[in-house]
Amino acid sequence: MSGTHAHTAAFVRTSEIPPSLPPQNEGGVGRWMRENLFSGPINSILTLIALFFVIRLLIFVVPWIYSGVWTADSLSGCRAVLEGARGACFSVLTDRWHQLLFGSAYPHDATFLSFMTGVPVEDLRFTSGVRENTNFFQEFFFGYWRPVLAFILLFVAIAPILYQDLPRKMMIFTGLYPFVAFWFVWGGSIWLPITLLIGLGLAYMLYSNLAKQSFFMGVLAFLGVVIILFLNPITMVFGLLDFLRDLIAAMGWERGDNSMMLADRFQGAASIFPLNAHVVEFLSSIIPIELQSVASRDIGGFMLNMILGTVCVSLSLPLGIALALGRQSNLPVIKWVCVVFIEFIRGVPLITLLFVANVVLAYFLPPGTNFDLILRVIIMITLFAAAYIAEVIRGGLAALPRGQYEAADSLGLDYAQSMRLIILPQALKISIPGIVNVAVGLFKDTTLVSIISMYDLIGLIRGPVLASTDWNGVYWELFSFAALLFFVICYGISQYSQWLERKLQTGHR
Amino acid sequence: MNQPAQMTISNEVAIEIDTMNKWYGTFHVLRDIDLTVYRGERIVICGPSGSGKSTLIRCINALEEHQAGRITVDGTVLSSDLKNIDKIRSEVGMVFQHFNLFPHLTILENCTLAPIWVRKTPRKEAEETAMHFLEKVKIPEQADKYPGQLSGGQQQRVAIARSLCMRPRIMLFDEPTSALDPEMISEVLDTMIELAEEGMTMLCVTHEMGFARKVANRVIFMDAGQIVEQNEPEEFFNNPKSDRTKLFLSQILGH
Ligand SMILES: Nc1ncnc2c1ncn2[C@@H]1O[C@H](COP(=O)(O)OP(=O)(O)OP(=O)(O)O)[C@@H](O)[C@H]1O
Ligand SMILES: [Mg+2]
Repeated sequence: MSGTHAHTAAFVRTSEIPPSLPPQNEGGVGRWMRENLFSGPINSILTLIALFFVIRLLIFVVPWIYSGVWTADSLSGCRAVLEGARGACFSVLTDRWHQLLFGSAYPHDATFLSFMTGVPVEDLRFTSGVRENTNFFQEFFFGYWRPVLAFILLFVAIAPILYQDLPRKMMIFTGLYPFVAFWFVWGGSIWLPITLLIGLGLAYMLYSNLAKQSFFMGVLAFLGVVIILFLNPITMVFGLLDFLRDLIAAMGWERGDNSMMLADRFQGAASIFPLNAHVVEFLSSIIPIELQSVASRDIGGFMLNMILGTVCVSLSLPLGIALALGRQSNLPVIKWVCVVFIEFIRGVPLITLLFVANVVLAYFLPPGTNFDLILRVIIMITLFAAAYIAEVIRGGLAALPRGQYEAADSLGLDYAQSMRLIILPQALKISIPGIVNVAVGLFKDTTLVSIISMYDLIGLIRGPVLASTDWNGVYWELFSFAALLFFVICYGISQYSQWLERKLQTGHR
Repeated sequence: MNQPAQMTISNEVAIEIDTMNKWYGTFHVLRDIDLTVYRGERIVICGPSGSGKSTLIRCINALEEHQAGRITVDGTVLSSDLKNIDKIRSEVGMVFQHFNLFPHLTILENCTLAPIWVRKTPRKEAEETAMHFLEKVKIPEQADKYPGQLSGGQQQRVAIARSLCMRPRIMLFDEPTSALDPEMISEVLDTMIELAEEGMTMLCVTHEMGFARKVANRVIFMDAGQIVEQNEPEEFFNNPKSDRTKLFLSQILGH
């Protein structure tokens, strides 16, 4: 015992230890390599093996890119230039980039291009003429100014959502952006997006007035206004009746009489709908401002992937939140509707839903309704993504301690307030990695539309480009290009989400 | 000793609980609870773990639903009507064992949120009120920090300030000090004592018997979902009537 005596002796500090700076990391490449790459025999071997493969890969790829041919007009042209040497045939990109980006039939604006370059319009009618008389940048920014501008403005529109520090007034543009972009990409009369905007504004005002008394009345009024202004209730109702009658007839309960289609008989009445079409026609006849209108089937390439990606992500987030909250609801009806919807959608492959959008939906729609294919696909992808996002957010909601709900309740916040101010900000923060995961997956899944013969980037490569006699066989270059485009966007999204997570870090609970 | 009787207790009823019963499934947690709280009263509720103390005070602001009997708070009968419930909750402040501050908001935002959204107080005024109460709980300098950056005792004082910002007429405390380290307990208790001296109606679940002796004018002992005994603190501690109370007191005061 006496040996330990010295250690247990009483101690009183008499002098202060002055604070000092934390130890600096001593730098040096050699030291870093020793610590990180060669810290032991196994680590050293792994480093050498990895180095071997990286170098082999570079030896294989770098010369291929470096000696790539950019100016030939076909694969055989590339081969002639290369004379048997290994090298990429990037000429397919310089020849077909407008197709890959915007779709085969998306029109270039010859008038504007001519205005900006001084080349007479007649020489810019066809692609060959454009190629001879203008350079890439002129063709890209002036010939395709509509989608390019829509793309650039997209960043202005999402900036205030992504960076909360930007002035809130920018959100006004964010609200207008969908209408602006729609007009740029699809063209047509400017009065269509304007009447859409005003109509939705009216519907929203009605909703916000009624919702104070009853939420459901508000929603009904909103939907009512939208249907009367923009859809055709008469063909919808009679078409549905016709459909039901056919269905009953098909089941053999009653004899069908196809000569008496109700929808046809009420053609006259139906032609007063949709109301906004008449307004647009009238306004266009007074003040005709319009861009060349583009049919949905002519929209393709990477632009189609971008449209589907941005629209579906931005729609599926609010829908996913609503589904997640609905699934937690105390009202059994709402709860079960949400559960059944989520479980059904999650149990079905996206490709099946796309086929439904493409083929099956047409059977269910009243005859004569002109329901745009892109719109149908957007609805299906949105529903699909919303179900996944709902589950991600449900995880975030479940991770919140009960005390947060109780504290919000005990302060007298009502349901909407406590969700909006307390619960969702925290639950969404927890869910960011999951939501981003779904968003990135969704963006890449937009390439699946190529299977229902829409010409997105992949559809175009596999169809028109690879099938052409000039470029048959240029796989690596085309698919690497597609991979690069998708990678840039997806990597950007993922970097943003990591930045956001760091920013929202406010210390542990 | 600081006599509780000095503090004014009016004849006005703040809370009236009339043969209230509650079940969790088939488990009968609260049995025939009768309790009348007058304005200005400071009541301490104690009892063994699982006796239903938390459940009782959570029923008062409808965090839990009772199945039988009647609870009247400030003249409003608690029913399933959401409007009534939100009204009562905005009049009744509650402080939890685990603080339950909102971690994504600063201390100041924690305190101004409910006044701004529920009371529709202008932001500036709400911030002034918040600073007033943060000064009162002696942490105005932490206003711009996040809850995660404060100590437990500081967080609990913020939680008290947050409730006070709603200018409640009744305060409920559910074991406000039992998640705290010993040296932080007294800072929270001091805040509560000050509050009591100002005449706040308080219902307090706690095992801090020193606090009970000092500020309570009534101590309630619960066991197995029933009120077993209630009395003035002196009488309660020195001369308990029921055997169960005696046993409980000997356990918590014994060592
Ligand atoms: N949500 C619930 N579902 C089922 N039983 C519950 C629930 N909450 C509490 N109980 C039970 O009700 C009884 C009373 O719980 P309560 O939390 O009111 O006790 P308490 O007196 O506050 O105990 P403690 O001192 O440990 O906080 C306990 O037996 C508990 O197990
Ligand atoms: Mg308890």
